[in-house]
Amino acid sequence: MLSTVLTALPADSDWINFDVPSLMQNFWSATFDGLTFGAIYALVALGYTLVYGVLNLINFAHSEVFIMGCYAVFFTLSFLGFGPSAPNLGIGAIILNLLLALIAAIVASALTAFLVERLAYRPLRKRNAPRLVYLITAIGASFTIQYLIFLWRGPLPEPALTMFIPTPIFEVFGTIIDSQQIIIVVAAVIMMVVVDQFIRRSRTGRGIRAVAQDPDTATLMGVNKEKIIVTTFIIGGVLAGAAALFYVMKIPSGVQYNGGFILGIKAFAAAVLGGIGNVRGALLGGLLLGLIGNYGQILLGSSQWTDVVAFVVLVLVLLVRPEGILGTSLGRSKA
Amino acid sequence: MSTIDGPTPLPGAKASQAAADRQASGNIPGGSADAVRKSGWFGRWSEKWRAMPRQKQWLYLIVIVVIAYLLPVINPPILSTEPGNDFPLALFSMAVYALAAVGLNIVIGYAGLLDLGYIAFFAVGSYTAAMLTSPDSPFFKIPYLWTIPLAILVALCVGVILGIPTLRLRGDYLAIVTLGFGEIIRILATLIPAMKGQVGFQNVGRPPGMGPDGIPIFANSNGTPWYWLALTILIIVLFLAGNLERSRVGRSWIAIREDEDAAETMGVPTFKYKVWAFAMGAGVGGMAGALFAGQVGFVNNQKFDVVTSIMFVAAVVLGGTGNKVGAVLGGAVVAYIPLRFTAIAEYKYLIFGLALVVIMIYRSQGLLPARQRLLAYGHIAYAKVRRTAPIAPAPVTEKEA
Repeated sequence: MLSTVLTALPADSDWINFDVPSLMQNFWSATFDGLTFGAIYALVALGYTLVYGVLNLINFAHSEVFIMGCYAVFFTLSFLGFGPSAPNLGIGAIILNLLLALIAAIVASALTAFLVERLAYRPLRKRNAPRLVYLITAIGASFTIQYLIFLWRGPLPEPALTMFIPTPIFEVFGTIIDSQQIIIVVAAVIMMVVVDQFIRRSRTGRGIRAVAQDPDTATLMGVNKEKIIVTTFIIGGVLAGAAALFYVMKIPSGVQYNGGFILGIKAFAAAVLGGIGNVRGALLGGLLLGLIGNYGQILLGSSQWTDVVAFVVLVLVLLVRPEGILGTSLGRSKA
Repeated sequence: MSTIDGPTPLPGAKASQAAADRQASGNIPGGSADAVRKSGWFGRWSEKWRAMPRQKQWLYLIVIVVIAYLLPVINPPILSTEPGNDFPLALFSMAVYALAAVGLNIVIGYAGLLDLGYIAFFAVGSYTAAMLTSPDSPFFKIPYLWTIPLAILVALCVGVILGIPTLRLRGDYLAIVTLGFGEIIRILATLIPAMKGQVGFQNVGRPPGMGPDGIPIFANSNGTPWYWLALTILIIVLFLAGNLERSRVGRSWIAIREDEDAAETMGVPTFKYKVWAFAMGAGVGGMAGALFAGQVGFVNNQKFDVVTSIMFVAAVVLGGTGNKVGAVLGGAVVAYIPLRFTAIAEYKYLIFGLALVVIMIYRSQGLLPARQRLLAYGHIAYAKVRRTAPIAPAPVTEKEA
């Protein structure tokens, strides 16, 4: 299916070739790496999904919420004296540093999300703006934050900081799984389970579901809609902050003013793939997209193909099953 | 969902709006039959324009067009972008931006679809022109002027291909898919060898004609003829867009923009017309791209970034979503400001990004607000109303665009 789409593009001799042996050879390492990326996508995708579920709005500024977290990680680590080569620290010190960076990232991202909601979206809600106005404001907010960072930090990526050298933990199918992959996947899954349970069981979570289902009726039933919306944005910000830490861990040179942009599109594609507005769908979509992107990259032989593959997946999903794999409703998930 | 995108404005807002309308129409001498909106200098100006008889409008239009053609020759010192930037070239770039904004206005303004990757169609047009005229390309060659209609056609087809999977769904998906496509086109230009990545295509063709001194009339550095060409195309496109707006198609677009479900219920084939709007906008974008490629004479993958797409959106929104004259104005302003005020050129993305948010919050109708009016036979109808009732009550159809 993929090949038919790609061959429909301008024909030339061998601009695309499928390197199947390479994929066979690296299948398991690509799988584990893809799951790691997928976990990061999933965390960011949750932010899109929650806001979409509650407000029916693609929060384009969510990619900037994420990148602010990345900058917070970068600054915290530089402040703590990390450099391009990993410092020789004990496990306790490493965990402490990571926790500090995590807290900084979560605070920065949640604050950005809160401010975007307060300054850009709330005034529109007050005047009952049409949907197009929301989308334009969202892209404007994203653009503004991106270029504020650009003016502040310049066009180049920040120097790479290494937090620790991943140590091999165990071996599966002849492929070594290292501590970094384990930390990212396990932490991401734990966070997503917590969010899932929070939305399913807590009082606030019930409010979120109620607003997603029908904001007017929810308000009549005594749900504070504004408070719920702010909470949703902040949850999205917290998850984006965590994703930012893992992202900087995985790609230390990825902290750049426009670094959130492509990741944002991929995370949104993940959310759509799993079913936008669906919390479990975001996890599934993220992991799937991470796998597909990684396989595609090895199959096609250049890392730039990951973005193209993610995009083609998004279009194909919209074409075949626009409601995503698990369906779209946040409001309808059971209590 | 209904509180967010519900089509009905707050009852209070409607009442105060009507009050403002009455007040405004009372203030203007000889108050026109249309409900006049209190919308600042530009709004009042466009009201006066609508109240004029047709002949007078044409007269003014001709004067404006003549001035527009003479601009690079007069080079008025206040407007001039020199010494920083060559003024005729600046005018050309304003005209190309205006053209792109008019095309994008069809998509965003008329049909209410948010296209965030408009640069992709611009790029498609540029690459069409470059690959069929540049000596660097292995393909067959055709004269440059033929690439313009071809660029329209290719961009149109790409628009249809991209539109069909996404336009069946809600508008938001279109926004993200186009945003992704705007980025992907650049990556594809890098990855596909035929598109030559960063090396690009040099010596893109130009319209024929030699000056007396042996230099081609359409030399890359000679902005004036390029500006005249772009301006001519812009005027033609404006006429076509105006006619399209008043046609069955245009009325369907506006119906879709205002309420898609209602339009569908009334028998408007919404999907078909949405694809049309998207493809039309793409076609105009492709044409602007071909013009741009011809003037610059060099096309590579670095010239088309998503950022420029957002600038196009800013141009449409600034000018007034749904108003083609506003789109021209917005496009020209967005291109002009960084060229004229070179000191702030560095901040242009920040300025226009911020402008998007601020305009949407405080003045979502833009500089030249589009108005809901009778689209077919409007002039005759309004003239009759004016003759019979000097101050008529606000029409019921009056609604914020």
